[in-house]
Amino acid sequence: MITPAQTVGPYFSIGLPWPDGPDVVPAGTEGEIRLRGRVLDGDREPIPDALIETWQADPDGRYETPGFRGFGRCPTDAGGNWAIRTVKPGAAAGQAPHIAVSVFARGLLHRVVTRIYFADEDEANAADPVLAGLDEAARATLVAAREEDGYRFDVRLQGPDETTFFAV
Amino acid sequence: MSTHPPLNWPDYKSTRLRHPHHIRPLTLTETELSSPRLGDRPLGPHDHDLTVHGDGEPIGERIIVYGQVLEDDGRPVPETLVEIWQANSCGRYRHALDQHPAPLDPNFEGVGRCLTDREGRFKFTTIKPGAYPWGNHPNAWRPQHIHFSVFGRAFTQRLVTQMYFPGDPLFEYDPIFNSVRDPEARERMVCAFDLSTTKPDWALAYRFDIVLLGPDATPFE
Repeated sequence: MITPAQTVGPYFSIGLPWPDGPDVVPAGTEGEIRLRGRVLDGDREPIPDALIETWQADPDGRYETPGFRGFGRCPTDAGGNWAIRTVKPGAAAGQAPHIAVSVFARGLLHRVVTRIYFADEDEANAADPVLAGLDEAARATLVAAREEDGYRFDVRLQGPDETTFFAV
Repeated sequence: MSTHPPLNWPDYKSTRLRHPHHIRPLTLTETELSSPRLGDRPLGPHDHDLTVHGDGEPIGERIIVYGQVLEDDGRPVPETLVEIWQANSCGRYRHALDQHPAPLDPNFEGVGRCLTDREGRFKFTTIKPGAYPWGNHPNAWRPQHIHFSVFGRAFTQRLVTQMYFPGDPLFEYDPIFNSVRDPEARERMVCAFDLSTTKPDWALAYRFDIVLLGPDATPFE
């Protein structure tokens, strides 16, 4: 008897973004990285009214550590771009380092959920039980590419390389 | 019948290019069973009262919207962040892209937030939002609604929904409301008028409980 989801609609940006939403960690934190990407629709057009939320472990792989928010929130801009400031999560028990992601947008009646893994974690990724259940193409959509100051992760809501989404 | 709406829902045109085609099962891990603890986020003393942020009173029907965030076994969700946003009494959002030719209200932002108490309770004072037209189909109008966002105590419980008002004549024409296929589930998005919580000579009251799936329940698609 649960409450159903509804879309965030086109005007969530009056209410949901926080000034410090994209700062999972404060500026100047040791080991800080930028995690950024775009959100694209089935025509490969950028989605300017999406909201990305991230949830992750601390650098030691622990969740809900006091003093470590672990949560990021960033609306997309006119070009469909989002970015957060964070630190790379450690490996939680039995899993490769990863970040959980919720995507909200006008036109999404319910959030969709995916995971970000890291391109420079080949060994851990090879042993990760979630990645192990996917074929190569589905798996590739979950691996963020290394960039100079962090990683890039694009979300494709549709298309031949549609991002792998999970029922959560 | 699934409670949540399908992602592919052609009556709501914006779903066409935005709904993923594949959603895969996931064995839940610590990642999904934990959740941000946002109880220490700074809240202003008036964040729960949307009527006191201007130089004067906003125009419209003053209302109290209150309820509880619960799990489906009745257990309350304490100290979880509840965020709301809405149109003003004329059906206009304070958003650059809202071009509906209805007046903006200088005394109404349409944004509120609060933390639930130990019993999972929340309470907002606001203005009843107006209905407004949108471009989905000819003469399309959204029923009056308030957007709600809640976290719960696990990543699995994160929910964004909309609260509607009893007896709205626009229900049968609204593809977003009707994207929820189970009629009983649709009713759970409609608040209940509550005379007993009404503040006499001041504001009417509506109750809206938000019920989340237990954190480790398996969703069905």
